[in-house]
Amino acid sequence: MLLQRFLIRLLTMAITLFGVAVVVFVVIRVAPGDPIAMMLPPGATDADIARLRALYGLDKTIVEQFFIWLAGVVRGDFGTSISLRQDVLGLVFNRLPATLELAIVALLMALAIGGTTAILGARERGTAVEAGIDIASGAALSIPDFLWGLVLILLFGVLMPVFDISGRVSPQLDLPFVTQFYLFESLVRLRFDLTKDLLGHMLMPAVALALPLAAIISQLLKQSLKEVLDLDYVVLARVKGFSETQVILREALKNAALPTLTLVGVQFTFLIGGTVIVERLFSYEGLGNMAIDAVINRDLPLIQGIVLVFALLFVLINLAVDMTYAVLNPRLRHG
Amino acid sequence: MDDGRISRHGSGAKLWLAGGWLLLALLAALFAPLVAPQDPLAQDLMFERLPPFWMSGSEPGFWLGTDSLGRDLLSRLIFGARIAFVVAFAAALAACLVGSTLGLISGYFGGWADRIISRVVDVWMAFPPVLFAILLVAVLGTGLSSVIIAIAVIDWTRFCRVIRAETMGQARMDYVENARIAGYGRIGIMLREVLPNVVPSIVALLSLEMGIAVIVEAILSFVNLSISTDDPTWGGIIAEGRLSIHQAWWVLVFPLITLILTVLSFSQFGEGLKARFDPVLR
Repeated sequence: MLLQRFLIRLLTMAITLFGVAVVVFVVIRVAPGDPIAMMLPPGATDADIARLRALYGLDKTIVEQFFIWLAGVVRGDFGTSISLRQDVLGLVFNRLPATLELAIVALLMALAIGGTTAILGARERGTAVEAGIDIASGAALSIPDFLWGLVLILLFGVLMPVFDISGRVSPQLDLPFVTQFYLFESLVRLRFDLTKDLLGHMLMPAVALALPLAAIISQLLKQSLKEVLDLDYVVLARVKGFSETQVILREALKNAALPTLTLVGVQFTFLIGGTVIVERLFSYEGLGNMAIDAVINRDLPLIQGIVLVFALLFVLINLAVDMTYAVLNPRLRHG
Repeated sequence: MDDGRISRHGSGAKLWLAGGWLLLALLAALFAPLVAPQDPLAQDLMFERLPPFWMSGSEPGFWLGTDSLGRDLLSRLIFGARIAFVVAFAAALAACLVGSTLGLISGYFGGWADRIISRVVDVWMAFPPVLFAILLVAVLGTGLSSVIIAIAVIDWTRFCRVIRAETMGQARMDYVENARIAGYGRIGIMLREVLPNVVPSIVALLSLEMGIAVIVEAILSFVNLSISTDDPTWGGIIAEGRLSIHQAWWVLVFPLITLILTVLSFSQFGEGLKARFDPVLR
């Protein structure tokens, strides 16, 4: 049952990724403007142009180009970046860790903020505290990450300049890292001075990304908690003399968390999508920032590679959530 | 929705506040040449980075101050509203038409139509939307119509997913069965019976989408990929403001407040309308 579900999901995942590859390829190839012409100095001859076109495979038909490209992608060869003259996969893997660390820190923040306010709101249901939480989460949800980013830049970059609003790490620091997972590695190497610097840079963009998701978690979890809190077994716990906070944390939370969990998965992909502009806003050297440069430079292979990696990330997250849900949900587990 | 009493109590006021702001901004956009105190493009290096009216050093006639080229900020915001509203209405309507139609077909007919449409939606959902928008505008070439097309091409899925789910719910209702027994055709039932029942959701989504379109346009302007003329846009002003944030904070603050109010108003207006028209919520 679970295995069957997993295999079906894997198949739809492959179809989705193939669809993404087709769409990206078609969109990019109908683009006017010759990327080759932009690479060459003005004095280049027609022969030079033809040679370079052949080098990048641009002299073949669009269908041929697609399958040559796809065959390469399947082998892990995403081509060579036109603007940076480097292997696309290498460039992408070099930047991906920065984006992943940012997204995960933002997700943890969203869970912490959303979870705390949900529990508080459920405990204080019907009071001014709950009304206040509702208003705050309504605002946090309606204002997108781009605007939150700008608000944070104004508040903590200009009004009270306490946090860094630009870059990933202070440029004067010596970095002993061998991987691009700076934050993770700083923790493993017990270099907490570097952890502090990295988190300082990450805090503002992460909060901008986290706020809308925190609001969704808060609203949904609070709703589920309030429903569960009226059920018999929770009432029983209350009769046994547990305090309301204990009742929520020990009895209600694990049953109320499942609907929220499914939603968090989908919303996490939205959060990752948001890193593109938020990284730009905070000059954070991640994948999204590189993607915007790639589009501006008309760097076709690099754009394709980045979009595919984002798409792969999205479908993998959805798969993971779906499988977690299937494992945790007793109704699905026992068929 | 459980505490419908509280939210409905406040929804009237919210609807009026949101509608009021949107009307004000819309009127300013329509009559921009009449209401703007200055020419939004006029540069004057004598008046560069003037602060807003309440600060010392401000000049009369430049209410919200000027940017680093001495252009009047208020006038630029008023003219920027024109682009914002054109994009909001056109892009949201286009996304709504495509998405709602496909959602209705997918949800009502099911079967192959549903399977194909849902697969396409899956593919679309696997794109980071901002990157997709930037890519499309880069491909289509900058310009107002490119921005509108890009937003519609990306955001139709939002309508499709919601309307599909709602239509599936409606299609199981008794009244649909009754209509079928009464001899109505399938397309007739879909358009005459099901569609009116999903209209409240479409209206709410439409309003929400207008707010999203305004943001996407601002993001595109921010990365310098929007309409690429001299016409002021809110995102373009924000991009300038981000650069001169330490010298002239007002160039960022005022467009930011304008954008936040507009986005909040569109989403609250949509929810308010839905609460008003939805027979279940009412």
